[in-house]
Amino acid sequence: MDSKDIAQKNLVDIVSRYDKPTILGKVLFSFFFLVLLFAIYAFITQLVKGQIVTGMRDYVVWGIYDVNFIFFIGISYAGAMISGILHLLHVEWRKPIIRIAEMITVISVIIGPVFILVEMGRLDRIFNIFTHGRIQSPILWDVVAIVTYLCCSILFLYLALIRDYALIRDNTELKIVKWHKVLYRKLAVNYIGLPQQKKFLNRALTIMSALIIPLAVIVHSVLAWIFGMTIRPGWHSTIFAPYFVVAAVFSGTAVLIIAMWVFRKFYHLEDIITEKHFKYIGTILFVLAALYGYFTFSEYLTVWYGSQTWELEVIYKLFDFSDYGAWFYLAAFVGVLVPMIFTGLPFLRNINTIVIGSVVAVICMWIKRYLIIIPTLETPLLPLQDIRPEYAHYTASWVEWALTAGGMATFCLFFMIFIEFMPIIPIADISEAPEKKEFISEKL
Amino acid sequence: MSKKNKKDSTRRHFLKKSFSIAAGTILGGGILAACTKEDEPGTIGEKVKVLTADGKLMEVDRGHALCCSVPSSADVRKGIPGRHFVMVIDLARCRNVRACVDACNKMHFLEPGHEWLKVFYMQDSEDTSPYWMPKPCFHCDTPACVNVCPVGASFKRDDGLVLIDNERCIGCKFCMTACPYSSRVFNWKAPSIKVPANYSPMTGVPQRVGTVGKCDFCPDSFATGTLPDCVTACPNGVYFFGDKNEDVVTNGVESFRFSELVKEKSAYRYMEELGTSPNVYYLPAVDRRFPVEEGFENIPDSLKPAYQVKRAHVKKFKI
Repeated sequence: MDSKDIAQKNLVDIVSRYDKPTILGKVLFSFFFLVLLFAIYAFITQLVKGQIVTGMRDYVVWGIYDVNFIFFIGISYAGAMISGILHLLHVEWRKPIIRIAEMITVISVIIGPVFILVEMGRLDRIFNIFTHGRIQSPILWDVVAIVTYLCCSILFLYLALIRDYALIRDNTELKIVKWHKVLYRKLAVNYIGLPQQKKFLNRALTIMSALIIPLAVIVHSVLAWIFGMTIRPGWHSTIFAPYFVVAAVFSGTAVLIIAMWVFRKFYHLEDIITEKHFKYIGTILFVLAALYGYFTFSEYLTVWYGSQTWELEVIYKLFDFSDYGAWFYLAAFVGVLVPMIFTGLPFLRNINTIVIGSVVAVICMWIKRYLIIIPTLETPLLPLQDIRPEYAHYTASWVEWALTAGGMATFCLFFMIFIEFMPIIPIADISEAPEKKEFISEKL
Repeated sequence: MSKKNKKDSTRRHFLKKSFSIAAGTILGGGILAACTKEDEPGTIGEKVKVLTADGKLMEVDRGHALCCSVPSSADVRKGIPGRHFVMVIDLARCRNVRACVDACNKMHFLEPGHEWLKVFYMQDSEDTSPYWMPKPCFHCDTPACVNVCPVGASFKRDDGLVLIDNERCIGCKFCMTACPYSSRVFNWKAPSIKVPANYSPMTGVPQRVGTVGKCDFCPDSFATGTLPDCVTACPNGVYFFGDKNEDVVTNGVESFRFSELVKEKSAYRYMEELGTSPNVYYLPAVDRRFPVEEGFENIPDSLKPAYQVKRAHVKKFKI
């Protein structure tokens, strides 16, 4: 049997595992869709009545919309860093999981910026950014970086898909709807596995994976600089860009682990995504958690030790239990230590604990982003007097929560839709013999 | 043509091109001197001093000094040439009467709770006595808000003013986070007050929903030769407004040489170490005219608790 037949067999085997529509799938799809509809209703409410329906007021001008923006851009790192770096290093075990990682990247880079649009007071004037754009503004840097990143990550995902589309095109066993077949034929761009085609495709993939890593770093650095460029306590920090980058890779890796678990469970991929994968990615998560914890410690220690009055006011709000203390300790300690314990201690390390650690990490990372934005905005230089008392403290309104839930639901919805059009496992890749260049041994 | 007429016409030609200022009388107003034929109708007989574009001081009849017309949109962004507007606030005189706040709200049709002008109860340290500090926009010379604006809706003019074009603003609120002095407010909902006026960045009215607003030093009042409304509304003469280039500030009753006033009274600019170079100078609250407690009379009970919070609470986590 030659490699093409193996690939076809694998394709039929894998696709048939999740091709059949299940009741659970339908229920979940309807649920996510309803949540999305509710979010759209909330958004229309905000458009009609103005942002007065949100919890944002004159001091806290950015709320959980911005938290979600950073959160989604953060988890997009799964694809960029994990699949980009592992591809460059020719790590053999990456193959079954890189498709999931790249899908996370594309989907979250689509959803993230939507929250910035929702946060804008005048969405109808969005084109002013292009007609009157000023390159001095970090927002412009962000627009340029994110658009480039989105294009590149779509391209990266697509390039890796070409060989799979060629496989599906040539397949005779699978029952595929007619317009899907036409689509796949178009998307396969006449790839028939000629040596030259292979060479070009491999080269393109290597270039893209090398390109996507600095791009991802730039995107999150620029995002951090939106905050870092202002002279506000808690934001105006030189380590903010690398801190955000590390936090993003950390949360992206954690989301990847959760997604791996979900697909493994519901699409019956136990023999393809194995415990080995969880342990390897778990090791990466361990290192990232340690790095992130180190950055957190370094950031808050310096500010606290320096004790400038304005800075210390924010630190006080974060450290004191009467304010954000409980949340801060949860995000800074539990969010780092629990993933580290579950991925680091061999006798505790199994698929379930690694996934639990990842869930804890993701939740705590969302909270941490909240703690970066809100307490700083609640601490202006001049005292909070001469204003309505409710302006001083931020509480997200139902509109903001609805849109947040809508964002999460859309994330899952996109996954369900993407699955319809692309194999969740890179079939051509896993059917191939191991790459000769591999230099990271099986026993990591 | 008689000798006199010839002389007049050269003078008219010269003045037509010049911007002028009637020092002391019509302060802060950009005045374009026009025809100055002395036997022309409209002659008042009262002479005013005008400053020409090339810096010469001349005397013309007040009736012949015409105010600038409404500037074009390009002029709005450029500002009045040769000016550098400043404000001096005498903290010793402030009793928190809040007439300035009310006048500003009325003038700019501001919604309740969206004051451009705020009065703070400040105490620099536990051992020093508190004072009232009115705070307009500082119109910084290196404005953080203008730097971060992605569309140039916030702009810095040559005459020192920082203004907002509410018809260009996209409502990203980045400027509000960038301004360390919290000078900016946001129109969270459509304004309920109907304003019978066309929008101009010079007036900032009518307010536009989803955009940012702030104190603009009332540039529309310069055109009519009047002072900003907070200055004229204050019964205690706290605010002095003027031109740094011309070196004079006035509160409508008293006028001072700006350089002498800030030197003699040891003026300071609030937190200028942030690198913002504000154009609002504070005269320290020495020899104050009113006891500070009197200022609480004008604060509604619902807002009073906010004034009791001391910044000293941070001590708990000191090393």
